[in-house]
Amino acid sequence: MVKAEGVRKSFGSLEVLKGIDLEVAPREVMCVVGPSGSGKSTFLRCVNHLEKINSGRLYVDGHLVGYREKGGKLHELKDSEVATQRQDIGMVFQRFNLFPHMTALENVMEAPSQVKGLRKDACRDQGAALLERVGLGHRIHSYPNQLSGGQQQRVAIARALAMEPKLMLFDEPTSALDPELVGEVLDVMRGLAESGMTMMVVTHEMGFAREVGDTLVFMDDGVVVEAGDPKQVLTDPQHERTRSFLSKVL
Amino acid sequence: MAADTTTRPAPPEQIKAVPVRHPGRWIAAVVIGVLVLMFVHMLVTNPVFQWKFMVDNMFSPPVLRGARTTLVMTVLAMLLGVLLGIIVAIMRLSPNPIVSGAAWAYVWFFRAIPRIVLLFFCANLGALYGTYDLGFPFDHQIMGWLGLSGDLRFLGLNGNQIFKGFFAGLLGLVLSEGAYMAEIVRAGIQSVDPGQTEAASALGMSRGKTMRRIVLPQAMRVIIPPTGNETIAMLKDTSLLIAVPVTSELNFQLRAIGSRTFQIIPMAVASILWYLALSSLLMVGQYFLEKRFSRGFGARETRNQRAEREARTVGGTH
Repeated sequence: MVKAEGVRKSFGSLEVLKGIDLEVAPREVMCVVGPSGSGKSTFLRCVNHLEKINSGRLYVDGHLVGYREKGGKLHELKDSEVATQRQDIGMVFQRFNLFPHMTALENVMEAPSQVKGLRKDACRDQGAALLERVGLGHRIHSYPNQLSGGQQQRVAIARALAMEPKLMLFDEPTSALDPELVGEVLDVMRGLAESGMTMMVVTHEMGFAREVGDTLVFMDDGVVVEAGDPKQVLTDPQHERTRSFLSKVL
Repeated sequence: MAADTTTRPAPPEQIKAVPVRHPGRWIAAVVIGVLVLMFVHMLVTNPVFQWKFMVDNMFSPPVLRGARTTLVMTVLAMLLGVLLGIIVAIMRLSPNPIVSGAAWAYVWFFRAIPRIVLLFFCANLGALYGTYDLGFPFDHQIMGWLGLSGDLRFLGLNGNQIFKGFFAGLLGLVLSEGAYMAEIVRAGIQSVDPGQTEAASALGMSRGKTMRRIVLPQAMRVIIPPTGNETIAMLKDTSLLIAVPVTSELNFQLRAIGSRTFQIIPMAVASILWYLALSSLLMVGQYFLEKRFSRGFGARETRNQRAEREARTVGGTH
């Protein structure tokens, strides 16, 4: 579903991604962990072209992200073409980024009706069903500022799911939540994984990675240090850097 | 053991303490009260304020027509000015350097020109060119180059006819207001959390849709208060239309009565009262506009606040 080949990304003179090679199979849940500054969030944002890569190739569902290869040369995709690519990729942010001037239901309805052009009542039904699925059927007419952090993040997940994406990206989805609210969001993510969604999750929740993840990737300083079965990597890390990171976190 | 109601512990005693005294507040209240009394005394006893004369004349038909012209001009100039401001602000934020540069130049130029000078120029655009036509730019040059005669234009208008009076005044005020509004709108757009644009982009929304449905509605909260300022300023700047000249506006009419009857002060006071009334009307409008655009904003509701709110709307469940 996702293939990264030698992906590099620099911000000015600072090289943040120094050659990432990764593959995510369909229905796989990949958890990416690492110290801050390791480039894990940057890499995630490259997958849906919120950041432009400087070198290498990134494919989602067989399509090159952000570019078209024609006659051996790379052509930048137009904004509208990038937007079309993004319809298949859902993203959940650390700070939720819900639209504050719309209710939960309106937030979830916005993309299907505006981007896909679906009829309002169809969007409304789908939205209500999705909010029900994340456990918020009773709060669909609330505004984000009337909801707790965990509730807001669950609305954000429903909003991303409304576009029926093939891939879901989670950028530290529980890092901004009070500890007692983390569980309700992880439960929704677990349910999503069990229903077969391909997921890439940048997180510090090692428990989630161990129980729900199919692959654990440890990134440090712009490179993938170690990747493998979460239970293996967490109990028997091969590299020194992995060991020292895990000893601080676990 | 049976319940013993006679020796139940007494309920906690409410605190009844002696409150703090605030002598400074009393002194300030007395001082202000005396100043107000002095002011009212002046209004009542000074013969310069010919109150009956003022009331008799400040509602005469030419004055009422003037007030209507003033209001219409204010509303039109603001509506068009805000529209122009939004367009220029979006141009300013464009990645295309020519587009953003042109927008910058427009703002630089039209904020610098005093409105009274600008209005004079707008009224005299007939002097620049005799006629204004709609057509292909540089057509005479191109046709001459190709060796053809004729032109590529249609719909010709006489310069002196269109650029006068109400239209010239409106043009000048709109061009000037657009420059100020562009900066206010740009401030509003920049105040919206960039995460909003990211979330909208991640959902596959185009830049145009994102701007119209996500960014601008949120930017309105920051745009409306200074725009309220601009509207009230515009109300008073309609008095500059005398430079065009447009004489059917409020200030000119009141002053005309004043100089004709030599009752300058009463009509000046009438002017103050009229503009105060019209400004207050606009402030009411601003209040409702702000309410409309602040849905979903305000500090996050705590559990206690939610309980209070739901108690107020009994039976109303979300």
